[in-house]
Amino acid sequence: MAPHSHDHSHLTETEARVRALESLLSEKGYIDSAAVDEIVQTYETKIGPQNGAHVVAKSWVDADFRKWLEEDSTAAIHSLGYTSRQGEHIDAVFNSDDTHHLVVCTLCSCYPWSVLGLPPTWYKSPPFRSRAVIDPRGVLNDFGITLPETTKVEVHDSTSEVRYLVIPQRPAGTEGWSEKQLAKLVTRNSMIGTGFARTAEALS
Amino acid sequence: MTDLDLIALPGITLADDEPVFTAPWEAQAFAMAVNLHQNGAFSWQEWAEALSHEIHSGEERDYYQHWLHALERIVTAKSLSSEADLAQRKADWHAAAAATPHGDPILLSAAKP
Repeated sequence: MAPHSHDHSHLTETEARVRALESLLSEKGYIDSAAVDEIVQTYETKIGPQNGAHVVAKSWVDADFRKWLEEDSTAAIHSLGYTSRQGEHIDAVFNSDDTHHLVVCTLCSCYPWSVLGLPPTWYKSPPFRSRAVIDPRGVLNDFGITLPETTKVEVHDSTSEVRYLVIPQRPAGTEGWSEKQLAKLVTRNSMIGTGFARTAEALS
Repeated sequence: MTDLDLIALPGITLADDEPVFTAPWEAQAFAMAVNLHQNGAFSWQEWAEALSHEIHSGEERDYYQHWLHALERIVTAKSLSSEADLAQRKADWHAAAAATPHGDPILLSAAKP
């Protein structure tokens, strides 16, 4: 079946120019894609995963905020100052003992970058995308995550309209911790679903 | 990485000494210039001058649009690539996107018949 026009992907003129430079320069060896990724991560302190960590930590300590996040994630997240020019909808999904959420989408534009920054290379890789859907538990194992058989894995495929933010479970032994302390336990992977939040011991 | 003299760049917006990006492509364009410089393609001073040239070109653009123009210009001036190759590759990426169902990774190979 031929794809309908609204079904296929789209790059803005600017994105296409950046990709043209990136692909030509790396083919010729003038830049190294891994090094470029690393530079991005080093400098990307303003739109990095710490924004998402703030959202998560607040949801752990503030029941009203958590409720708002459940009902209208986009508005709750925007209230903390994290907005994107593209105006996409963000859906927060909450991990529990019963359900573990995992997010995929290999389009950069389908990553909740206002809260997580730029996607890591593995997130964009074809193997991750295809395997996350077919064999999510296998993918989680690769990331060192083993879930009890009784925990259901729910895979969310991002679109240009909806991006997902996983709210990991609050680690045990963090009662009475401040929002700031808790935010340090929230890793990028835990907000994609390929990890858990760090343990309380990790900070002490 | 912190040894880069960001202050030498005309017009850059910094917060806590770090550049402020408002879209992923901006960070990507930023990082490519840094990596080209690290790999010896041009000096940081040359880069600051190329960027300054764009900013003072009289064109009304966002800061990282200036950055991207400067990057394309210095890449062709240093013969790392040609304007024709860049234009062709850009068209290939558009074609690849059009041939890719939404949600699939856009791969350059999708543009090839």
